[in-house]
Amino acid sequence: MKQFACLAAALVLLAACGARGGEAARSPGPDLSVVLAETPAPTLADYGFFKDAAAEKPADGVVAYDLINPLFSDHALKHRFVFVPQGRTAAYSDTAAMDFPVGTALIKTFAFAPDLRTPEVGQYKVETRVLIRKEDGWAAFPYAWNAAGTVATYAPTGGTRKVSVTTAAGASLVIDYAIPNKNQCKTCHQDGEAVLPIGPKARNLNHDGPAGVNQLVDWRARGMLDGLPGHPPVAPAIHDVRLPVADRARAYLDINCGHCHKATGSASNSGLWLDSGETSPVHIGVGKHPTAAGRGAGDSLYVIAPGAPDQSIMVYRMASTEPGVAMPELGRTVVDEDGVALVREWIASMDAAELP
Amino acid sequence: MKFQVRLAVGCAALALAACGPKDAAIPGDATPGLPGVLSAEGDFGSTLQLALIEAKPGDTIRLPEGIFMLDTGLSLDVDGVTVLGAGQDKTILDFSGQTGAGEGLLVTADDVTLMAFAIRDTRGDGIKSKGSDRITYRDLTVDWPGEPDEENGAYGVYPVESEDVLIENVTVRGASDAGIYVGQSHNIIVRNSIAEYNVAGIEIENSTNADVYGNVARDNAGGILVFDLPDLPMVGGHSTRIFNNQIVHNNTRNFAPVGNIVAGVPSGTGVIVLANRNVHVFDNDFADNRTAHVLLTAYGEPFTDARYNPLPRDIVVRNNRWTGGGEDPQGDLTAVAQALGGTLPAIVTDGVTKWPGAEAARVNIVVDEDPAVGFLNLGVGAYPLDPATLAPSTDRPRGLAVAEPGAVKLPQDAGAE
Repeated sequence: MKQFACLAAALVLLAACGARGGEAARSPGPDLSVVLAETPAPTLADYGFFKDAAAEKPADGVVAYDLINPLFSDHALKHRFVFVPQGRTAAYSDTAAMDFPVGTALIKTFAFAPDLRTPEVGQYKVETRVLIRKEDGWAAFPYAWNAAGTVATYAPTGGTRKVSVTTAAGASLVIDYAIPNKNQCKTCHQDGEAVLPIGPKARNLNHDGPAGVNQLVDWRARGMLDGLPGHPPVAPAIHDVRLPVADRARAYLDINCGHCHKATGSASNSGLWLDSGETSPVHIGVGKHPTAAGRGAGDSLYVIAPGAPDQSIMVYRMASTEPGVAMPELGRTVVDEDGVALVREWIASMDAAELP
Repeated sequence: MKFQVRLAVGCAALALAACGPKDAAIPGDATPGLPGVLSAEGDFGSTLQLALIEAKPGDTIRLPEGIFMLDTGLSLDVDGVTVLGAGQDKTILDFSGQTGAGEGLLVTADDVTLMAFAIRDTRGDGIKSKGSDRITYRDLTVDWPGEPDEENGAYGVYPVESEDVLIENVTVRGASDAGIYVGQSHNIIVRNSIAEYNVAGIEIENSTNADVYGNVARDNAGGILVFDLPDLPMVGGHSTRIFNNQIVHNNTRNFAPVGNIVAGVPSGTGVIVLANRNVHVFDNDFADNRTAHVLLTAYGEPFTDARYNPLPRDIVVRNNRWTGGGEDPQGDLTAVAQALGGTLPAIVTDGVTKWPGAEAARVNIVVDEDPAVGFLNLGVGAYPLDPATLAPSTDRPRGLAVAEPGAVKLPQDAGAE
C-alpha cells in the first residue's frame, strides 16, 4: 500500500516537473492541472499558490482573506488564502459557504510565535491545509512544514508538534499541537454527503480584510464572486464587548461548533445544533439532556442549565482537555479560556425559568 | 471461567456456521487473493491510519497479531473496506495512552466490515460508525479492563444513523453507558454477542426494526434496553424483537455519569422498554436480576418535542423462562418495593398512560406467561409522580394481540441462517 502511494506520488511529481520544465520555469501562478490532479501534490509548493517557498507571498490570483471570528485552534495564528481560477466565479450564498467553482483552492497556514503578544517576532509555520474544489466535490489535504519552514509535505496521517508559546493573555503553554489527518479534515467539513468549506460564509467575510477593504466587495471587484446583495449578513464580533453577550456567544458557537453540530453535520445525531441559524432553545442545548455524551456529561443533567454555567455540560466539555470529554473533539488540545468565559457569561445571564 | 471458555468455543462454532460463503472463517496468511498483513514495525498507528486513508473500495486491510499501543483515534471513510485482524484475542488495539479524538475507531463509510480484532481502553467510545449503511461488526472485542469505572468510555460498539446494521459474535465489557448501542438506525441485527459489566448491556435507541437474539447480557446494571428519547433527529422507535437471549444477573452497580439517561437504570434490571412501540420479548432466559426482570416505563422528564410519544405501547412479553430475581430492588424502585413488601415480581410497568397536555392513551401491554409469573402495575398514571395517586395492581392487563414484526433481513447477511 505504502509503496503504491510513493509510486503514485513520484509519478505526479514527474508529471508536474515535465509540465513545467523543471524548477527554473516554476510558473508564477497556480497550476490548475496540479490543483485538479487525482492525487495530491507531494509538496505545497507544487501547486504554485505562492511566489516563494515559504508560502508567504501569494501568486497572482491568490487572495489573502480573514474571518470576523476565527475558530480556536490551540492559539495558532492563521493565514488564509483563496484561489479562484481565472474566468470562474463563486456564487454568493446568504447562509452557507460561497458556492465556489471547480478548481478553487482554500489555503490555510497554521503558525505560532514564541510570544503571541508579538506574533511577528519569530513566527514559524506548522501546517497548511488545502481544501480543493475538485470536479466531484471538495477534498481536504493536510501539509506539514519542516522545521526550517522551507518545505510543506503532504501528510495524510497528520502528526503532532510540541509547541511552546506565551499566549496573547500572557500564559505560558506547552501544546501538543495535532495536525489533523485527512479523514479528520472531513469530519469537520462534512455536510450531508458532501464536504464543504466552513469559514468563507458571507457573515464571516463581511468586514475589511487584510487588504483593508471589505472582502465581499473586493471579491466581486476581482470577478471572483457573483450575486452579492446590497446588505449581506455580518457576524457579531465575539471580542466586541459592546455587543450583547448572547449574540457574541452564539457567534462563537457558530464558528467553533456549528459545522459539526448541525442537522447535516458530523454531530447531527446529538440533536444539539449550534449554527447561528438555529432558533429552537432545546436544540441549542437549553434544558436539553445529553444524548450520547457518556462521561462527557460530567455530573450535569443539561447541556445548558440556564443561569448555571457550572451545571452546564457545554461549559464542562469546553473546559476539558480529556479525550472523550473535550469538545470540540478535534482541533484543540488546550482550553480556549476566552471562549469558555464568554459561554459562561451567556449561560449565567439566562433566566433559570427558561428550563422547559 | 469455564463458562467463558465454553461460550467462546460456542461462538466460534456459531461464527463458522452462521457466516456467509466469503467469511466462513478468519483466513490464514496463505489464503489466496488477500493482501499482506500490515507491518507491525515502526509507528503502527500511523501505518494503520495511512492504510485506512489510502484504501480503495473492496480492499481488505489485514492487521497483524499483537498488542498495539495507539495514542489517537483511527478513522475509516472509504466504502466497501474490510478491516480484518488475526482474531479478537490476537489483534489488540490498546488506547490506554490515548491523547486525541473522541473514539478508538470512527467509520463514516458504507459497506464496511470490521472483523477479528479488539479495541481496549479507549477514552471515549470504542468503535463508532455514523451514517454507515450495511456495516458489519463481527468477532470483535471492545473492553475496558478492571473494575467498572465511571471513567470508562461510553459505548463499546456504537453504530448510529445507519441502515442495515449487523453485530455478531461481539464481546463488550466495561462500557460506562451501553456495551452494544445502536442509535437512530433502521434494520438491525444484534446476535450471538456477549455484553457484560457495562451499565447497559445492549441498547436499541430511537431505532426501528431490530432483532436482538442469541446474546448473553449478564452482569450489567441493565441487560437489554429498548429506548426512545425526545429531541433527536430520529424519534419514534418501534418494532424490536428480543428473543432467545440469556439475560442473567445484571446486578452490577450503575456506574454511569449522572446526566445520562442510563444513569436512571436501576441496577438489577433485565430488560427495560422505555417509550417505544411494538416490542416483543420472548423465549429468553431471565435469571437473578435483583430489581426486576422486565421493566416497562414511560419517559419521565418534561419535553417539548411534538413528534414524541413517551409511553411504551404495544408491548408483548411471552414464553420466557424465569428464575429468581426481584429480591432486592435498586434505584428509584427501592422505595416503591419497600412500600409493597420489599420485593418486585418478574414484570413491572409504571402504568403511565398520559403526559402533560395529552389525552390518556391505551398503552396495550400483553403478558402471555404462566400465571405464576408475577406482574405489577405501579399505577403511576402520569409523571411527575404523585405518591398520593399511586394505584398499584397485580392484575395483568388485558392486552390486544400485537402482530409481531417479521424477521429483519440484511443485505450483508444474505445466505446466513
